[in-house]
Amino acid sequence: MTQNTKELEHVPAEQKAYATLLMYGCWIGIGIMVLTYFFYLSGIIEPYVSIDKVSDLWHLPADEFSHKLDIPGGWGWLALIGYGDFLNFIGIVILGALTIVGYLMLIPAYIKKKDFLFTSIAIVEVLVLLLAASGILGGGGH
Amino acid sequence: MFMRLSRRVTPVFLWLSLVLFTSPVYAAAESAAAAGGGGDWPWWFWPLVLLVFCFVLGILAVLAGVGGGVLYVPLVSAFFPFHLDFVRGAGLFVALAGALMAGPGLLRRGLASLRLALPVALIASTFAILGAFIGLSLPTTIVQILLGATIIFIAVLLLLSKNVEYPVVTKQDAVGLALGMHGSYIEETTGKIYEYKTHRTWAGLLIFVLIGLVAGMFGLGAGWANIPVLNLLMGAPLKISVATSKFLLSITDTSAAWVYLNKGGIIPLVAIPSIVGLMLGSLVGVKILARAKPAAIRYIVIAVLLFAGVRALLKGLGI
Repeated sequence: MTQNTKELEHVPAEQKAYATLLMYGCWIGIGIMVLTYFFYLSGIIEPYVSIDKVSDLWHLPADEFSHKLDIPGGWGWLALIGYGDFLNFIGIVILGALTIVGYLMLIPAYIKKKDFLFTSIAIVEVLVLLLAASGILGGGGH
Repeated sequence: MFMRLSRRVTPVFLWLSLVLFTSPVYAAAESAAAAGGGGDWPWWFWPLVLLVFCFVLGILAVLAGVGGGVLYVPLVSAFFPFHLDFVRGAGLFVALAGALMAGPGLLRRGLASLRLALPVALIASTFAILGAFIGLSLPTTIVQILLGATIIFIAVLLLLSKNVEYPVVTKQDAVGLALGMHGSYIEETTGKIYEYKTHRTWAGLLIFVLIGLVAGMFGLGAGWANIPVLNLLMGAPLKISVATSKFLLSITDTSAAWVYLNKGGIIPLVAIPSIVGLMLGSLVGVKILARAKPAAIRYIVIAVLLFAGVRALLKGLGI
């Protein structure tokens, strides 16, 4: 199981590139999140739903909550990006998108290595994540 | 002398903090739940308390060697007035953020393996989507009961499981070989290079179906399940299993998190202080890890999980 040798298994370049993407992307996402949250709480950018109303209704299930506050489901929040509460979704979406972007970076690397099995796995994974992100599968809280 | 005192005092301090802090939070949550919404408290009370609560959770999670996600959902749903849908949605992003933060270091050092992670991640992430839909469709009381039972199971698993640092794998199976589930890493304490391979791949892949379902249904990080499967069943070394599991969470939780986001299961007012609090706590936890007694903290956390699991179960049963 062990070998005393100076030869290391090389950490693949695509793995290092993926790591770099996660590092920068994560901090950018969190940074944006903190900033937009400040704008939201301070009222610098007016929210679509007042914070008091959110706290009055957050005990309700998600679909009922969205229905009572007339919040669109799926990607409908994009139309409300000018409001302080929905601006927060930018940072959240960045965190959710990092893995998809990472996998898109892996695909050409695996093709170059002629590793068609892992190319296929990566492609299918991207499709699965895009399907989840698209909101096609029952998107919308109400 | 200060170091010795610090080692004794730190776990007691953390335990006291948790008890003292959560008692008024628990009482406030009970009155808020009775009143509906946030109760008599101003709107900023709950996000602020959540930020501090998650900060403490982040410290405890690191010291106990458990993921933040598995602590977040049962404890926040037990002590805060938010509906379980929003707690699960936020829980997924909390676990995701933690995994994204830890991933780069683990990938660069070759401790997290893409060869191990990608095949199992595909299975787990696909079924996490299904789990998320099931979780959001079931009546809350049913989810509460199932969550309680799952948390109790996790607490018992954490208590009883004994991981193996270097499992013996005599022969890799055909599926594992075809997927290239092998590699090597440097053990930093000795400078030696360890090669590893896996076995029982089919069984492992099937269990990842279940892991994905549970992660999606309850908004839990799946580290508590990933590690025993990778280490005890499939035979990956413990360090590789822990690191790959952490990285794996970023893929599994991404798929379920998107479902919650699209179904309106994310309230930024709740999610953002949770993510920021837990991550700050984790950073502090890493700093004080060297001075704390991880074993003692782990038992405290297991006890807290058991309490939260029983509470969720009783809540679901209407007791």
